[in-house]
Amino acid sequence: MIRDDIYEYSLDAHHDEEAGKKIRKKIVFVTVLLTVITVVEVALGAFIKQGSGAWPIVKWSFIIMTLLKAGYIVLTFMHLGDERKGLRYVILVPYILFIIYLMFICLWEGGAVGEAWPATYAK
Amino acid sequence: MAGHATKQIDAKTLWGGKMSPFSTSYGKLMMWFFLVSDALTFGGLLVAYGFTRHATDQAWPIGEETFNSLPFLGHGYPLIYVALMTFILIVSSVTMVLAVEAGHRMDRRGVTKWMIATIIGGFFFVGSQAWEWYHFIHGSEFGKVELADGSQAIVKGHFGEIENFKVIEAGHHHKKDDVIKAGSHGMTQADLMHEYQHAAAEGHILFNEETGKSTITLHDGSKAEISKKPNEHLELIVKKKGKKYAVNKKINGAEAEKMYEQVIGSGEKNRVIYGANLQQNEYGPQQYAQFFFFITGFHGFHVFSGVIINILILLMVLKGTIHRRGHYEMVEKTGLYWHFVDLVWVFVFTFFYLI
Repeated sequence: MIRDDIYEYSLDAHHDEEAGKKIRKKIVFVTVLLTVITVVEVALGAFIKQGSGAWPIVKWSFIIMTLLKAGYIVLTFMHLGDERKGLRYVILVPYILFIIYLMFICLWEGGAVGEAWPATYAK
Repeated sequence: MAGHATKQIDAKTLWGGKMSPFSTSYGKLMMWFFLVSDALTFGGLLVAYGFTRHATDQAWPIGEETFNSLPFLGHGYPLIYVALMTFILIVSSVTMVLAVEAGHRMDRRGVTKWMIATIIGGFFFVGSQAWEWYHFIHGSEFGKVELADGSQAIVKGHFGEIENFKVIEAGHHHKKDDVIKAGSHGMTQADLMHEYQHAAAEGHILFNEETGKSTITLHDGSKAEISKKPNEHLELIVKKKGKKYAVNKKINGAEAEKMYEQVIGSGEKNRVIYGANLQQNEYGPQQYAQFFFFITGFHGFHVFSGVIINILILLMVLKGTIHRRGHYEMVEKTGLYWHFVDLVWVFVFTFFYLI
């Protein structure tokens, strides 16, 4: 069992040159990945028109790619992946639960409001 | 806040109690809590944007039609500029994480080098955003027009240069037969354009079917005949109402040029809208520009304050203050904030520009 108390002040407060090399390698990998994802996103956005047959798939792939990018930024760049499990969950779980709820309730409500007052809202 | 990877920890490190929650320092944990609350703010803003988009029955703007300009190169480069901005921010995030890594090796020179690179990247991003805002507010040469059947259309193509205004009826300022052109009467080409767009929006341009020429009422009340090269290769992108996508149809060639001419020369107010402000914009519903200003503005404010914080930490690194503490945790904490700014942009980019 991992104890969350007393042991060490910060898990990766210091490392030597060898460990640094490994970390830098990972950083380069993530950089390339983020760049490639962005290029793919822009290419899709520029060439596939909204309303075309492929658009719904493209739209969802945008969202998936965004979440992938966000995951790499949070877990690697912000080192949340290297923190204790407890901290990881304290940060991520409440936020994700709440934001999913908020999206569900607001987007649903938005559609309803649009149908109830089509000519008066968001002209 | 002394102490780092040691087994024996003094009471101060343990937050004055017996525990150090999650084995992190107080400062780092509080930075995380702040970031969660800030993420809720941005999440709320983007969800509000989504709410509006779901509620409207108007055509919502399409990213690659709205943002297709590059500095010095003009139009026709969909999303390239904003992709460049995204890339700049990602790179500055990478240099930040390299600074943190150097800090873990107690490499003061490395930290300095990468912090400077991060700050430069941040300034580049803020500058890019300023350009983007300027362009968004300024709008296109053509604006958005309301066609005869009441549908809205955005216009792409080559704008025929304005040559001069020849005064045919004197006003407060200009006399009859004055020829107002770039270089005379203290006017530049941009001033002519401004005068032309203002008059078009106010319905002060009248197209005469018989002569094929348009007359304009200038600021001082004088009337003048417009001499202008014809617009070429026009494309009217007609927006149809629709909740799901900005569905559109296109009108090209001579028909488009004639329709555009008629709208501009209709003499009716508000048939054409140029650029964007908080009341109206040429891209789509009013709320679109409001959300654009608020969300990208709030994000830009975060980037700007991030740059300032980075500069302060860099000064501390240069003075050796942080090195003497025995650990570079301050760099790590500002790094967290800086990565968060990048993280927010990833979402703004997707929901504002792509979808």
